[in-house]
Amino acid sequence: MATQILMPALSPTMEEGTLAKWLVKEGDSVTSGQIIAEIETDKATMEFEAVDEGTVGKILIDEGTEGVKVNTPIAVLLEEGEDASAAAAAPAAPAAEKPAAEAKAAPAPTAPAEAAAPKAAPEVPEGTKFRSQTVREALRDAMAEEMRRDGDVFLMGEEVAEYQGAYKISQGLLEEFGARRVIDTPITEHGFAGLAVGAAFAGLKPIVEFMTFNFALQAIDHIINSAAKTLYMSGGQMGSPMVFRGPNGAAARVAAQHSHDFAATYAQVPGLKVVQPYTAADAKGLLKSAIRDRNPVIVLENEILYGRSFDVPELDDFTVPIGKARIAREGSDLTIVSFGIGMTYALQAADELAKEGISAEVIDLRSLRPMDTETVIASVRKTNRCVTVEEGFPVCSIGSYLSSVLMEKAFDYLDAPVLNCTGKDVPMPYAANLEKLALVTTAEVIAACKAVTYR
Amino acid sequence: MVATRRSAKANASNAASKDDLLHFYREMLLIRRFEEKAGQLYGMGLIGGFCHLYIGQEAVVVGLESTTKDGDQRVTTYRDHGHMLACGMDPKGVMAELTGRSGGYSKGKGGSMHMFSKEKEFYGGHGIVGANVPIGAGLAFANQYRGNDNVAFTYFGDGAANQGQVYETFNMASLWKLPVIFVIENNQYAMGTSLKRASSTPALYTRGAAFGIPGEAVDGMDVMAVRAAGLKATEHCRTGKGPYILEMNTYRYRGHSMSDPAKYRTREEVQKMREERDPIDHVRDLLVQDKLATEDDLKAIDKEIKAIINEAAQYAQDSPEPDAAELWTDVYA
Ligand SMILES: Cc1ncc(C[n+]2csc(CCOP(=O)(O)OP(=O)(O)O)c2C)c(N)n1
Ligand SMILES: [Mg+2]
Repeated sequence: MATQILMPALSPTMEEGTLAKWLVKEGDSVTSGQIIAEIETDKATMEFEAVDEGTVGKILIDEGTEGVKVNTPIAVLLEEGEDASAAAAAPAAPAAEKPAAEAKAAPAPTAPAEAAAPKAAPEVPEGTKFRSQTVREALRDAMAEEMRRDGDVFLMGEEVAEYQGAYKISQGLLEEFGARRVIDTPITEHGFAGLAVGAAFAGLKPIVEFMTFNFALQAIDHIINSAAKTLYMSGGQMGSPMVFRGPNGAAARVAAQHSHDFAATYAQVPGLKVVQPYTAADAKGLLKSAIRDRNPVIVLENEILYGRSFDVPELDDFTVPIGKARIAREGSDLTIVSFGIGMTYALQAADELAKEGISAEVIDLRSLRPMDTETVIASVRKTNRCVTVEEGFPVCSIGSYLSSVLMEKAFDYLDAPVLNCTGKDVPMPYAANLEKLALVTTAEVIAACKAVTYR
Repeated sequence: MVATRRSAKANASNAASKDDLLHFYREMLLIRRFEEKAGQLYGMGLIGGFCHLYIGQEAVVVGLESTTKDGDQRVTTYRDHGHMLACGMDPKGVMAELTGRSGGYSKGKGGSMHMFSKEKEFYGGHGIVGANVPIGAGLAFANQYRGNDNVAFTYFGDGAANQGQVYETFNMASLWKLPVIFVIENNQYAMGTSLKRASSTPALYTRGAAFGIPGEAVDGMDVMAVRAAGLKATEHCRTGKGPYILEMNTYRYRGHSMSDPAKYRTREEVQKMREERDPIDHVRDLLVQDKLATEDDLKAIDKEIKAIINEAAQYAQDSPEPDAAELWTDVYA
């Protein structure tokens, strides 16, 4: 029976890709495991193998086609003896590699539009032009601009140079800056984090990329004990002007050891600065500020956000100050505070609530240390209610800290207890249904918002 | 005072001149007397927490410091007082840090284990066993990045040599040919655990073999042997040949830190070392035997050092505690 070959997902977060090249043509017979096509994503080019033997009956998507959604039929495979007419009726066969099939069932939400036109942030002058860019491109541009500006800035990490970045963040940097400044390391997080701290003590400005922050646990001794504390322990004589960056938190279906959100963990440590951008503009502006900062800055990125596009101001030197929150959406009935990918749920909830006549103000913290609690307090004094949203664990979370700050500084203004929407208090499960349950959801945010507004 | 001690460094050649020997004698004695005084102040409750004395190991850092040049860096562990004195840091500032006073190198905020001097290229003073090793390679990385021929001296113990990050560092240092000298100060014990009980091989200098790093075992109680090995290692590093390992066989006379029951070795073992292998007596004997110095010359040095140490101890007690406002400074640059 003829079967359809579907566009494969080559990584847990891939949503679409380019069908770069067909290595077979209609009428060719193929064997199981034979490479039949090259698929390109913004992160990688991968070879795609046939899972079955048969004859290529029909090619449905031409090579060179961009933006082919995962699971779209791309060709039809005929069994022995079938002719091309069978192709039309072919049922779908699962693509060879589809690690994220279940999670993908619900399409990853696109960035909801922020209410009205994005309010020009104070860091963007009136009349600035914007262009759409992915978070990935914005991060790359930030590093490239800072490396052009300062010869002491260099990038090191696993696969950052020749491979162009495990998540393709450092695309093109090796070509522009050479192997002296874009350095592939062995898989040795503890070692290269410490080495980078030493280089920073000596006055260089390393950017350390962790393939993900899960692996930075092997390096956390150097991040905390060496980088964060030395300025204090040396009485101000020497510090660590450096950046530790990489994806943080849950990707999709990668389970407990690859899904940990460290926002609250790092936000606890004096001597560190911690940012977690949501938009591409903030990713660019905050990373540039982080590279210039004379302190160790943790830049928490998110794999799922890498491919999302946002408007980025077209400015020669666009920076976002560390420690300033952004009011992403103005409202009057309650305040939702979030950061990073949590903003996706916060903004979706605000959209839904608006339909029911509830006006939510949404604050994107952007920086977790220092944290702009003043903006949150001012908002809550206006709305009198607050819900926090984050993907991390509930105990000693960013939300629980904000709750205590609000109790202290805005007690008389609160008309309801502050509610925290967080990831569940369990290691991240693998099973698609359980993973969904473990993550914070828009529905939970909406429910919390209704609870604090007594609706 | 600091400046003259620096300029009195041994000359660059291998042969030990009279001046070299006198310089070594003086430097080692300074460390010994400093540490003895620190022990006393600790006993008086003026120094708190952990305090690890360097007594017995003086030849290692003094010999190696004689091979450094301007711009070379050094980084070590919590057993760091000797390293600081040998690279020319002011004994007053070191002692005042031990007593937690504002006149200390870290304004009293670092203590015995965490002291630094940007000026003397001394990058700590690290309390986490093994952590200073990749940091040392990072200092060497900066030298290479900047294209100078400076060397990063990275000191660590026999116990630290079993840390995983040491091997991560060996690999990168060799891969990238970083100008770093790994100085393993093998004083035979890591707290109460003898080398035999912790290491699969007694030959720590071979620990770089898998990475192609040359290593050498050195009599760390003989300052001239240390110096000779150091000259070889620095030459190797300065000429772009990559890292070098020096295993310095040495011995600490005192406990691991001030509170050490010392049940893991016999009194006789320590006594024997002190009597037969003391690095300071060794140089003293050379000076006297070869008539390079008279007893009176040496007495004059002793006296001068005693004065320096007493002055440091006095300063460390007179210097005020840090202002309460210092609690909040230096968290961020
Ligand atoms: C990571 C870590 N583990 C344990 C300790 C506690 N500790 C401090 S010193 C030490 C022994 C180290 O021995 P060695 O490396 O031989 O150095 P030495 O004290 O002999 O100079 C231990 C276990 C520590 N400071 N850091
Ligand atoms: Mg030891």
